[in-house]
Amino acid sequence: MRSSHHIKDANREKSIFAFRSVIALFIVLGMLSGLVARLYHLQIDNFSHYQTLSDQNRMQLRSVTPTRGLIYDRNGVLLADNQPIFSLSIIPELIEDVDEVVERLSGVVEIKPSHIESFKKRLKRTRRPYQEVVLKSKLSEEEIARIEVRRHAFSGVEVTAELARYYPLGEATAHSVGYVGRINEKELATLDPRNYSATRYIGKLGIERFYENELHGTVGFETVEINASNRILRTLDRVASTRGKDLVLHLDARLQLKAMELLEGKRAALVAIEPATGGILAQVSTPSFDPNKFVTGIDHKSYAALRDSLDTPLFNRALKGQYPPGSTIKQVIGLAGLDTDTTTPEYSIMDYGRYQLKNDERIYRDWKREGHGRVNLFDSIVESCDVYFYDLAFKLGVDEMSRYLGYFGFGSNRTLDIAEARSGILPSREWKRAWRGVSWYPGDSLNMGIGQGFMLATPMQLATMTAVLANRGQWEAPRLLKGTGDGSIVLTQRADEGSDVILNKPENWAYIVDAMEDVMHGKKGTARGSGRGSAYRIAGKTGTAQVVGIAQGEEYDAEALAELHRDHGLFVGFAPAENPQIAVALVVENGGGGSSSAAPVARKLFDEWILNLNAIDQASEVVSR
Amino acid sequence: MRDDFLRHMPGAERHLGGGRSFFYRFHIDPILLGLLMILATVGLFILYSASGESWAHVERQATRFAVAFGVMIVIAQFEPSFFKRWSVLLFILGVAALLGVMFFGVGAKGAQRWLQLPGLPRFQPSEMMKLIVPMMAAWYLSNRYLPPSFKDVFGTLILIFLPVFLIVQQPDLGTSILIASAGLFVILFSGISWKIVTAFVGILAAFAPVMWMFVMRDYQKQRVLTFLDPESDPLGSGWNIIQSKTAIGSGGFSGKGWLEGTQSQLNFLPESHTDFIIAVCAEEFGFLGVLGLLSLYLMIVIRGLYIAVKAQDSFSRLLAGSLILTFFVYVFVNIGMVSGILPVVGVPLPLVSYGGTSIVTLMASFGVIMSIHTHRRFLSR
Repeated sequence: MRSSHHIKDANREKSIFAFRSVIALFIVLGMLSGLVARLYHLQIDNFSHYQTLSDQNRMQLRSVTPTRGLIYDRNGVLLADNQPIFSLSIIPELIEDVDEVVERLSGVVEIKPSHIESFKKRLKRTRRPYQEVVLKSKLSEEEIARIEVRRHAFSGVEVTAELARYYPLGEATAHSVGYVGRINEKELATLDPRNYSATRYIGKLGIERFYENELHGTVGFETVEINASNRILRTLDRVASTRGKDLVLHLDARLQLKAMELLEGKRAALVAIEPATGGILAQVSTPSFDPNKFVTGIDHKSYAALRDSLDTPLFNRALKGQYPPGSTIKQVIGLAGLDTDTTTPEYSIMDYGRYQLKNDERIYRDWKREGHGRVNLFDSIVESCDVYFYDLAFKLGVDEMSRYLGYFGFGSNRTLDIAEARSGILPSREWKRAWRGVSWYPGDSLNMGIGQGFMLATPMQLATMTAVLANRGQWEAPRLLKGTGDGSIVLTQRADEGSDVILNKPENWAYIVDAMEDVMHGKKGTARGSGRGSAYRIAGKTGTAQVVGIAQGEEYDAEALAELHRDHGLFVGFAPAENPQIAVALVVENGGGGSSSAAPVARKLFDEWILNLNAIDQASEVVSR
Repeated sequence: MRDDFLRHMPGAERHLGGGRSFFYRFHIDPILLGLLMILATVGLFILYSASGESWAHVERQATRFAVAFGVMIVIAQFEPSFFKRWSVLLFILGVAALLGVMFFGVGAKGAQRWLQLPGLPRFQPSEMMKLIVPMMAAWYLSNRYLPPSFKDVFGTLILIFLPVFLIVQQPDLGTSILIASAGLFVILFSGISWKIVTAFVGILAAFAPVMWMFVMRDYQKQRVLTFLDPESDPLGSGWNIIQSKTAIGSGGFSGKGWLEGTQSQLNFLPESHTDFIIAVCAEEFGFLGVLGLLSLYLMIVIRGLYIAVKAQDSFSRLLAGSLILTFFVYVFVNIGMVSGILPVVGVPLPLVSYGGTSIVTLMASFGVIMSIHTHRRFLSR
């Protein structure tokens, strides 16, 4: 070997090179085989895995929000509409420094600290990746333009359009139709995640809440192809969403607005029912609030103002206000007396303005200090004599009173589609033992006989009672829904939701209704002022509910009491008496006596319905024929 | 040059047969030229898809091909002895230029690779070193008795790693690897004893941790870590490799079709028209398509090795063998990194990836190979 080093051996060098080239070729082939094996592994062995990954990259299943069903009144007036609103949204995944972008955006459109606060809250909630988070809702057209011209400077910022609920009548329907609002986390946990995957609003109250399932519709899905920056390039597949059902309510927007107008400035509640159907024609609670503010999220300050107002505009008095019914239930107590033969039309008492039980020192006074003189049941209803009813209540006892009042819907929510309605209190021996821990005293019965004491009822319950009276016992459960666009929802009342009131002597209906008519039209009727000069007969009953208990022997002076301590004025009634088209119950809080504060309102409402609206409707029906 | 023509053409003509006379008159190997032209054409088709159907990219790349083929033909006219004569001077100039880059270089993205000299267009000295380093190594060893002694090998290694070290500093790991392997191939072809090879590999393995701690930059370390576990950072540095594997894998056996690759067309695949272009090919033409492309590369390598074996002197043999294997290293490193078996280093897929300098350098090296093949004297052997 060494010797060859002195002479360059061209042939040897050449053969070494050739040999090494062959080795090199084999190494090259070996390495190529390695690459081929790798590619085989990726492309053949794991093809379906990578195909899935590749499809997941580019295809995205997006859910399509169904259009919420509209809500109409009985005449086709729109009560709940969908309107496009534009929101400024941010896609956090596409932004590095969210705070910085928000800061820059506030130089383009006005962004209040409250916007940022609620934005941060929404940001923390669980959501799908790349789903935009709303920073500011309800952009004005100018704001949209200001953002659009600066689009290039704000990647990850979008102006999104969506349909949001709009209530054309605003305050007038807040306490009946209710409203929708953004889905909160608690609701999210209970909702069907699939059907609500694209939905941002849910019914919070009223009809919107009760018929949420019907109004919502069914979510649609579309498979879209996206690129790396999450832009949609085309739609690959689509399952259309099904819009929610349109609802038609029994409400009459005109009557509703009239009731709002009549009760303006008062803390009051009114429920009007069509006796033949149980359909609620008007359901009003004043003061009210603008439900539109709640749809996209009310700001803290406005909400606090509503919440803390002494007039409690958020409180639905018609459904949740529980008042002592006062004298407005006397005709039912009277009916119970007649039907159980506890009293008769002929039976009369001498009323000196006071009543006392044997072995009891307490004096039960009549509202009329000097008393009504000799009165029978008829007179006692017309004049609202308390002493007669003390006597009758004592004789009837709590069990019978409770039974008959229960027939008329007191003590439970008997509505078909108003979930928020409260039950009130229908006292009984069991109730008092369970809730007060003491047994029933005869004095409790006396108070119950004039609608005071433990008994509480909502305006809705009073209206229900009035409708049953108007129907002479036929039970039509109160309801808001009249039907759907396609007639797919049929409300049926279950047996336990109420049944017809069957009297032992059906002629007693006429007796009671006659007495109620004399309340309005008789010489001594408590509401004769409101019945005067009407073109049709009204059957009614006034009531006055004490807010503050009056101590023994104390003189009652409404003027002297602070406004909030004044009595509530109540009225129930229906008209026309012989062929009732409308039954009304209303409570005017701290309005004083029912005959002065409540009955006049009811009269105006009756006039509106019977003389004006129904007349218009009938005329237009004739024309269209 | 004219002298070369007059002196050698008649002999070459007789030796190699009249059918190829037209190409051999211009010192061109028609087989290699044909293969390269097929490769370039295929490359343009893939590029059209990978660039998002951009004619501008295709036009610019085609222009580069034209220039590069021109460079190849010009270089092929020089005799191998010409390269041998100028090796040392070119090497000294090259190292000087690299030092120049180090102190006055310009660059982008944190790397300093370009040199701007007055009166000259901006150029990248490390690219030229891909040719000059193997020339220098071949010059050095071909003047020694072969197989080389340990001392000669050591000398060659110093010649190789001086420029490699300077390029690592730029930093440009991809080019360093290519230049180092070009030099090392010369040593391997020179007949170095396998014992020495084994010993060097052992030492290198022992030095790997030192490299990791003192030589490699943070971003280079990150690449290695990402390579070892791309899913550790799927949206950051692991993104590229996950997306390229997805592109390749989802191509399946026959691919999604030209212009139909969703990974590349929808921009999920980064660098799709440069370093990661093989993923586009694999996605759109499938396993079959990549196999076809690899076959084309293999044919070029075989042709190159054949030319090297046929070369008439040590310098030519060593140089041609080294250049053609370096060409293969491009292919292997590129496909290896895109398919996830090698860490990500910036090595383009030869004649397919979009980009100027590497194409010119590659075609220049094919010019050298053609020169070696077409300047053989028919008397020898």
